[in-house]
Amino acid sequence: MNALPESGASLAERTIRLTRAELLRYAAASGDHNQIHQDETVALAMGLPGVIAHGMLTMGAAVQPVVDWVAGLKPDADGTRARIVEYGVRFTRMVVVDAVEGAEVHIAAKVGAVDEGTRIVRVDLTVTAAEQTVLGKAQVRVAVP
Amino acid sequence: MPVNPELLGRAFPATAPIEVTAASVHAFATAVLASDPDASIAPPTYPIVVQQAALDELLADPSTGIVLSRVVHGEQRFATTRDIVIGDVLTGELTVTAMRALGPATMLTAETVVRDAAGEQVATATSVLVIGEEDAA
Repeated sequence: MNALPESGASLAERTIRLTRAELLRYAAASGDHNQIHQDETVALAMGLPGVIAHGMLTMGAAVQPVVDWVAGLKPDADGTRARIVEYGVRFTRMVVVDAVEGAEVHIAAKVGAVDEGTRIVRVDLTVTAAEQTVLGKAQVRVAVP
Repeated sequence: MPVNPELLGRAFPATAPIEVTAASVHAFATAVLASDPDASIAPPTYPIVVQQAALDELLADPSTGIVLSRVVHGEQRFATTRDIVIGDVLTGELTVTAMRALGPATMLTAETVVRDAAGEQVATATSVLVIGEEDAA
Protein backbone atom coordinates (compact mmCIF):
# COMPACT_ATOMS: atom_id res chain seq x y z
CA MET A 1 0.00 0.00 0.00
CA ASN A 2 1.29 3.44 -0.90
CA ALA A 3 1.53 6.07 1.80
CA LEU A 4 -1.04 8.77 1.12
CA PRO A 5 0.48 12.23 0.59
CA GLU A 6 -0.28 15.09 2.97
CA SER A 7 -2.85 17.66 1.96
CA GLY A 8 -0.99 20.75 0.76
CA ALA A 9 2.11 18.81 -0.30
CA SER A 10 3.71 19.82 -3.60
CA LEU A 11 3.82 16.89 -6.04
CA ALA A 12 5.56 18.49 -9.00
CA GLU A 13 6.42 21.72 -10.75
CA ARG A 14 7.22 21.97 -14.39
CA THR A 15 7.62 24.62 -17.07
CA ILE A 16 6.87 23.66 -20.65
CA ARG A 17 7.30 25.60 -23.85
CA LEU A 18 4.58 25.46 -26.48
CA THR A 19 5.63 26.58 -29.94
CA ARG A 20 3.68 26.58 -33.19
CA ALA A 21 5.27 23.17 -33.88
CA GLU A 22 3.55 21.75 -30.76
CA LEU A 23 0.25 23.24 -31.95
CA LEU A 24 0.60 21.57 -35.36
CA ARG A 25 1.44 18.28 -33.69
CA TYR A 26 -1.56 18.50 -31.38
CA ALA A 27 -3.82 19.38 -34.33
CA ALA A 28 -2.64 16.28 -36.19
CA ALA A 29 -2.96 13.98 -33.16
CA SER A 30 -6.37 15.25 -32.03
CA GLY A 31 -7.98 16.14 -35.35
CA ASP A 32 -8.69 19.71 -34.20
CA HIS A 33 -7.55 21.70 -37.22
CA ASN A 34 -9.21 24.99 -36.29
CA GLN A 35 -7.07 27.63 -38.02
CA ILE A 36 -7.04 29.93 -34.96
CA HIS A 37 -4.42 27.52 -33.61
CA GLN A 38 -2.25 27.73 -36.72
CA ASP A 39 -2.81 30.83 -38.82
CA GLU A 40 -2.11 34.30 -37.39
CA THR A 41 -4.24 35.98 -40.08
CA VAL A 42 -7.27 33.87 -39.23
CA ALA A 43 -6.73 34.32 -35.48
CA LEU A 44 -6.51 38.12 -35.80
CA ALA A 45 -9.57 38.19 -38.07
CA MET A 46 -11.47 36.35 -35.33
CA GLY A 47 -10.56 39.10 -32.89
CA LEU A 48 -7.92 37.10 -31.05
CA PRO A 49 -4.56 38.59 -29.96
CA GLY A 50 -2.73 36.02 -32.11
CA VAL A 51 -2.45 32.28 -32.62
CA ILE A 52 -3.67 30.56 -29.45
CA ALA A 53 -2.96 27.09 -28.12
CA HIS A 54 -5.78 24.53 -28.18
CA GLY A 55 -7.31 24.60 -24.70
CA MET A 56 -7.20 20.81 -24.87
CA LEU A 57 -3.45 20.90 -25.50
CA THR A 58 -2.91 22.99 -22.36
CA MET A 59 -5.26 20.70 -20.43
CA GLY A 60 -3.53 17.58 -21.75
CA ALA A 61 -0.02 18.84 -21.01
CA ALA A 62 -0.92 20.26 -17.59
CA VAL A 63 -1.90 16.84 -16.21
CA GLN A 64 1.35 15.15 -17.26
CA PRO A 65 3.18 15.77 -13.96
CA VAL A 66 0.30 13.88 -12.28
CA VAL A 67 0.53 11.09 -14.87
CA ASP A 68 4.20 10.73 -13.94
CA TRP A 69 3.41 10.69 -10.20
CA VAL A 70 0.71 8.04 -10.75
CA ALA A 71 3.09 5.90 -12.84
CA GLY A 72 5.52 5.86 -9.90
CA LEU A 73 3.00 4.54 -7.36
CA LYS A 74 3.09 0.86 -6.41
CA PRO A 75 0.28 -1.45 -7.54
CA ASP A 76 -1.88 -3.28 -5.02
CA ALA A 77 -1.14 -6.89 -4.01
CA ASP A 78 -3.83 -7.95 -6.51
CA GLY A 79 -2.25 -5.84 -9.26
CA THR A 80 -4.61 -2.86 -9.11
CA ARG A 81 -2.71 0.18 -10.30
CA ALA A 82 -3.06 3.81 -9.28
CA ARG A 83 -5.33 5.58 -11.71
CA ILE A 84 -6.62 9.01 -12.60
CA VAL A 85 -10.37 8.69 -12.13
CA GLU A 86 -11.40 12.25 -12.91
CA TYR A 87 -9.89 15.38 -14.42
CA GLY A 88 -11.65 18.65 -15.09
CA VAL A 89 -10.75 22.25 -15.94
CA ARG A 90 -12.27 25.57 -16.86
CA PHE A 91 -10.65 27.41 -19.75
CA THR A 92 -10.31 30.83 -18.19
CA ARG A 93 -7.67 32.51 -20.38
CA MET A 94 -6.11 31.89 -23.77
CA VAL A 95 -2.46 30.95 -24.20
CA VAL A 96 -1.08 33.13 -26.98
CA VAL A 97 1.71 31.36 -28.86
CA ASP A 98 4.22 33.76 -30.39
CA ALA A 99 5.59 32.71 -33.80
CA VAL A 100 9.19 32.95 -32.59
CA GLU A 101 9.13 32.63 -28.80
CA GLY A 102 6.19 30.30 -28.41
CA ALA A 103 4.65 30.40 -24.94
CA GLU A 104 5.91 29.25 -21.57
CA VAL A 105 3.36 27.44 -19.44
CA HIS A 106 4.10 26.80 -15.78
CA ILE A 107 2.42 23.90 -14.00
CA ALA A 108 2.33 23.36 -10.25
CA ALA A 109 0.64 20.23 -8.89
CA LYS A 110 -0.31 20.25 -5.22
CA VAL A 111 -2.33 17.87 -3.08
CA GLY A 112 -5.69 19.56 -2.49
CA ALA A 113 -7.48 16.93 -0.43
CA VAL A 114 -6.98 13.37 0.75
CA ASP A 115 -9.81 10.95 1.52
CA GLU A 116 -8.38 8.26 3.77
CA GLY A 117 -11.47 6.07 3.39
CA THR A 118 -11.74 5.93 -0.41
CA ARG A 119 -8.01 6.59 -0.89
CA ILE A 120 -8.87 9.23 -3.48
CA VAL A 121 -6.31 12.04 -3.62
CA ARG A 122 -7.37 15.33 -5.18
CA VAL A 123 -4.53 17.09 -6.93
CA ASP A 124 -4.97 20.78 -7.71
CA LEU A 125 -3.14 22.20 -10.69
CA THR A 126 -2.09 25.83 -10.95
CA VAL A 127 -1.39 26.54 -14.60
CA THR A 128 -0.07 29.91 -15.65
CA ALA A 129 1.19 31.59 -18.81
CA ALA A 130 2.59 35.13 -18.88
CA GLU A 131 1.97 35.13 -15.10
CA GLN A 132 -1.76 34.68 -15.50
CA THR A 133 -3.83 31.63 -14.63
CA VAL A 134 -5.06 29.94 -17.80
CA LEU A 135 -6.96 26.99 -16.34
CA GLY A 136 -9.48 27.42 -13.55
CA LYS A 137 -10.54 24.80 -11.02
CA ALA A 138 -8.08 22.35 -12.58
CA GLN A 139 -8.50 19.26 -10.41
CA VAL A 140 -7.37 15.68 -10.83
CA ARG A 141 -8.71 12.81 -8.73
CA VAL A 142 -6.38 9.87 -8.30
CA ALA A 143 -7.29 6.47 -6.85
CA VAL A 144 -4.23 5.39 -4.85
CA PRO A 145 -3.84 1.67 -4.06
CA MET B 1 -30.90 32.26 -35.23
CA PRO B 2 -30.60 31.57 -31.50
CA VAL B 3 -29.61 28.17 -30.16
CA ASN B 4 -32.61 25.84 -30.48
CA PRO B 5 -34.06 25.41 -26.95
CA GLU B 6 -35.36 21.97 -27.93
CA LEU B 7 -31.77 20.72 -27.91
CA LEU B 8 -31.96 20.22 -24.15
CA GLY B 9 -32.17 16.52 -23.41
CA ARG B 10 -31.49 15.50 -26.99
CA ALA B 11 -29.42 12.35 -27.42
CA PHE B 12 -27.40 11.81 -30.56
CA PRO B 13 -26.70 8.42 -32.17
CA ALA B 14 -23.48 6.65 -31.21
CA THR B 15 -20.37 7.64 -33.14
CA ALA B 16 -18.69 5.20 -35.50
CA PRO B 17 -16.29 2.91 -33.60
CA ILE B 18 -12.90 4.52 -32.93
CA GLU B 19 -9.98 2.15 -32.63
CA VAL B 20 -7.36 3.03 -30.02
CA THR B 21 -4.25 2.15 -31.99
CA ALA B 22 -0.67 2.23 -30.72
CA ALA B 23 0.05 4.90 -33.34
CA SER B 24 -2.82 7.15 -32.21
CA VAL B 25 -1.91 6.82 -28.51
CA HIS B 26 1.74 7.53 -29.31
CA ALA B 27 0.85 10.58 -31.42
CA PHE B 28 -1.54 11.92 -28.79
CA ALA B 29 0.85 11.29 -25.88
CA THR B 30 3.70 12.95 -27.78
CA ALA B 31 1.46 15.92 -28.60
CA VAL B 32 0.55 16.50 -24.93
CA LEU B 33 4.22 16.24 -23.96
CA ALA B 34 3.94 12.97 -22.05
CA SER B 35 7.17 11.76 -20.44
CA ASP B 36 6.52 8.24 -21.73
CA PRO B 37 4.76 8.42 -25.10
CA ASP B 38 5.15 4.66 -25.51
CA ALA B 39 2.94 3.79 -22.52
CA SER B 40 0.05 1.44 -23.33
CA ILE B 41 -2.36 3.56 -21.27
CA ALA B 42 -3.88 6.45 -23.19
CA PRO B 43 -3.39 9.96 -21.73
CA PRO B 44 -6.17 11.23 -19.41
CA THR B 45 -7.47 13.63 -22.07
CA TYR B 46 -7.45 11.06 -24.89
CA PRO B 47 -11.27 10.53 -24.71
CA ILE B 48 -11.57 14.00 -26.27
CA VAL B 49 -11.07 12.16 -29.59
CA VAL B 50 -14.41 10.39 -28.99
CA GLN B 51 -16.04 13.51 -27.56
CA GLN B 52 -14.92 15.49 -30.63
CA ALA B 53 -16.47 12.91 -32.99
CA ALA B 54 -19.72 13.12 -31.02
CA LEU B 55 -19.63 16.93 -30.94
CA ASP B 56 -19.10 16.98 -34.70
CA GLU B 57 -22.55 15.37 -35.07
CA LEU B 58 -24.09 18.04 -32.86
CA LEU B 59 -22.29 20.92 -34.57
CA ALA B 60 -23.05 19.64 -38.09
CA ASP B 61 -26.81 19.56 -37.42
CA PRO B 62 -28.33 22.77 -38.86
CA SER B 63 -31.41 22.50 -36.61
CA THR B 64 -29.32 23.33 -33.53
CA GLY B 65 -28.87 26.98 -34.48
CA ILE B 66 -25.22 26.76 -33.43
CA VAL B 67 -22.72 28.71 -35.52
CA LEU B 68 -19.37 26.96 -35.18
CA SER B 69 -17.30 30.13 -35.38
CA ARG B 70 -19.12 31.41 -32.27
CA VAL B 71 -18.41 28.38 -30.14
CA VAL B 72 -15.87 28.68 -27.33
CA HIS B 73 -14.79 25.73 -25.22
CA GLY B 74 -15.60 26.79 -21.66
CA GLU B 75 -15.00 23.69 -19.53
CA GLN B 76 -13.96 20.09 -19.96
CA ARG B 77 -14.09 17.12 -17.65
CA PHE B 78 -13.34 13.42 -17.93
CA ALA B 79 -14.39 10.72 -15.50
CA THR B 80 -13.24 7.18 -16.15
CA THR B 81 -14.15 3.78 -14.74
CA ARG B 82 -10.99 2.19 -16.10
CA ASP B 83 -7.91 3.22 -18.06
CA ILE B 84 -8.26 3.37 -21.83
CA VAL B 85 -5.60 1.18 -23.41
CA ILE B 86 -4.25 0.32 -26.85
CA GLY B 87 -6.61 -2.15 -28.52
CA ASP B 88 -9.82 -0.63 -27.15
CA VAL B 89 -12.56 0.15 -29.64
CA LEU B 90 -14.64 3.06 -28.40
CA THR B 91 -17.93 4.68 -29.28
CA GLY B 92 -19.48 7.83 -27.86
CA GLU B 93 -23.10 8.77 -27.26
CA LEU B 94 -23.70 12.45 -26.69
CA THR B 95 -26.59 13.96 -24.76
CA VAL B 96 -27.22 17.65 -24.24
CA THR B 97 -27.67 17.67 -20.48
CA ALA B 98 -27.90 21.37 -19.67
CA MET B 99 -28.49 24.71 -21.35
CA ARG B 100 -28.56 28.10 -19.75
CA ALA B 101 -28.34 31.72 -20.81
CA LEU B 102 -25.17 33.62 -20.00
CA GLY B 103 -25.99 37.18 -21.05
CA PRO B 104 -26.62 36.97 -24.79
CA ALA B 105 -24.75 33.67 -25.03
CA THR B 106 -25.85 30.11 -24.31
CA MET B 107 -23.91 27.70 -22.14
CA LEU B 108 -24.49 24.18 -23.38
CA THR B 109 -23.35 21.07 -21.54
CA ALA B 110 -22.71 18.03 -23.74
CA GLU B 111 -22.08 14.76 -21.97
CA THR B 112 -20.63 11.88 -23.97
CA VAL B 113 -20.76 8.37 -22.58
CA VAL B 114 -17.78 6.43 -23.93
CA ARG B 115 -18.20 2.66 -24.22
CA ASP B 116 -15.84 -0.14 -25.17
CA ALA B 117 -16.51 -2.92 -27.70
CA ALA B 118 -18.35 -4.95 -25.04
CA GLY B 119 -20.68 -2.02 -24.40
CA GLU B 120 -19.19 -1.31 -20.98
CA GLN B 121 -18.98 2.35 -20.01
CA VAL B 122 -15.32 3.33 -19.64
CA ALA B 123 -15.54 7.11 -19.49
CA THR B 124 -17.79 10.12 -19.47
CA ALA B 125 -16.53 13.21 -21.26
CA THR B 126 -18.32 16.45 -20.46
CA SER B 127 -17.86 19.63 -22.46
CA VAL B 128 -19.34 23.02 -21.66
CA LEU B 129 -19.59 25.12 -24.79
CA VAL B 130 -20.24 28.84 -24.72
CA ILE B 131 -22.18 29.72 -27.84
CA GLY B 132 -22.39 33.37 -28.83
CA GLU B 133 -25.36 34.85 -30.62
CA GLU B 134 -25.00 36.10 -34.17
CA ASP B 135 -24.64 39.86 -34.44
CA ALA B 136 -27.83 41.66 -35.30
CA ALA B 137 -27.90 42.41 -39.03
